[in-house]
Amino acid sequence: MSGDIEIEIRGLNFYYAGNVHALKGISLSAYKNAVTALIGPSGCGKTTLLRCFNRMHDLYPKNKYEGEIIFQDRNILSSDIDLITLRSSIGMVFQKPTPFPMTIYDNIAYGLKLKGVKKRPELSERVERALKHAALWDEVKDKLNASAYDLSGGQQQRLVIARALAVEPEVLLFDEPTSALDPISTGKIEELLINLKKDVTIIIVTHNMQQAARISDWTGFLMLGELIEFGRTDKIFTAPSEKLTEEYITGRFG
Amino acid sequence: MTREQLRKTEGVIAMSLSTLAALIGLFWLVFILGDVLVHGIKALNLSLFINDPAPAGVEGGGLRNAFIGQLMITIFATLIGVPVGVLGGTFLAEYARGRKIARIISVLSDIMVSVPSIVIGTFIYAILVRQIGHFSGWAGAIALSIIMIPVVLRTTEDMLTLVPWTLREAAFALGAPYYKVIIQIVYRGAATGILTGILLSIARVAGETAPLLFTSFNNSFFSTNMNGPISSLTVTIFQYAMGPYDDWHAQAWAASLMITIFILFLTLLGRFIIKWRYKG
Repeated sequence: MSGDIEIEIRGLNFYYAGNVHALKGISLSAYKNAVTALIGPSGCGKTTLLRCFNRMHDLYPKNKYEGEIIFQDRNILSSDIDLITLRSSIGMVFQKPTPFPMTIYDNIAYGLKLKGVKKRPELSERVERALKHAALWDEVKDKLNASAYDLSGGQQQRLVIARALAVEPEVLLFDEPTSALDPISTGKIEELLINLKKDVTIIIVTHNMQQAARISDWTGFLMLGELIEFGRTDKIFTAPSEKLTEEYITGRFG
Repeated sequence: MTREQLRKTEGVIAMSLSTLAALIGLFWLVFILGDVLVHGIKALNLSLFINDPAPAGVEGGGLRNAFIGQLMITIFATLIGVPVGVLGGTFLAEYARGRKIARIISVLSDIMVSVPSIVIGTFIYAILVRQIGHFSGWAGAIALSIIMIPVVLRTTEDMLTLVPWTLREAAFALGAPYYKVIIQIVYRGAATGILTGILLSIARVAGETAPLLFTSFNNSFFSTNMNGPISSLTVTIFQYAMGPYDDWHAQAWAASLMITIFILFLTLLGRFIIKWRYKG
């Protein structure tokens, strides 16, 4: 399964303020309708890499990108990219659930309103669709006006995924989305991710190698800011070409 | 005496001393509140709220002018002080976060909180009352708002800082511009905390006398003209308590009771909001 390329990184270098060289010459492609996992030991740059895709690093002064990330035929690292449009095509879900301090309904409607959807019937319809898409509808359909904080951690995380899905992005970025959740909630999220890939391209950072093996089609292994190996997940986990990858996969360090 | 006995004796002494100190503090507090309550209730009557003061020495009359004046000064002080305080706190917590300027303003505003309020009164007297040439309600409202600003500013800053940074990132990740993130997400998350800070700052200025003495002064007649001297409860209490008439003293007690109840109400409301917030 190697369909079209959704997003392609070419020779990416990234420097945090103070000239910390965090990503070194990364090149890789994420394929459409596939799950790409980024794995590696703590501090290897996998989250840093993920946050390049939606230019999250722009929030902090003096961060610097070099190289190209091609998405929809444009380099999203160029300065004339409209970040608001970019971020509605490339959504992000964080490690800890981040529901907004408002009702369940308003949480989902938030991104839609930002995009200019104002009519109540259309909003309601898209809120329902997003919640169904994130497999949360049955649990919340009777309490859409309850505070999002009333939900459990796992439900909150699916709410956040629904919120990201509501604006119909092409790509969804996940930054260790299950590391704060119990095993049952984790199972539900993993199942959801596998179902979602028919509609969106997924890039996920995970600390959990079993998780990467279970849900991803492609895996990139990073260490000290360099991409050591990138390939089909089954190959990376059964017959890696690099010695470092093998040592990491077999738990020799990390 | 063995070591153990010595230790126990020391413990008993420490406990007795701190209990005594607490009781002494509490005694005066209850004494003052009780006194205000007893004397105030005796002097409370309808005429106090619906009549203006009678000429000096004449029995009867009320403090309608002072109630209305106090209300107007406090409301206008709030209308000036709260926006400046909230926006200033927003600048410190959001736009200047981690920058040196934010630290400097924070420290200065902490110093401002402890500046004696009479200093602020004389300051407004010098830059406003003297220039205009007469006392005015506006001068009083501005003096009170200057006392409010650092309180509101610091609470706003603290409350906004408490909103997790990841919440902002989550909103940015949906494509929200910064001003919308602040108004729609961060303010919402910090709303109860900021509201509590505002209520407590109103309670703080509602009992101030010194800054009003040189600014809004006093007025024996009913007035809603903020451009002229206007009466307030605190200054009236000061004047009446110093006056020679028993009737004035009684009215000062009643006014003291009312202002105490008002401040107590604001404080309790603030506490209630905090409790409600942490429950939900």
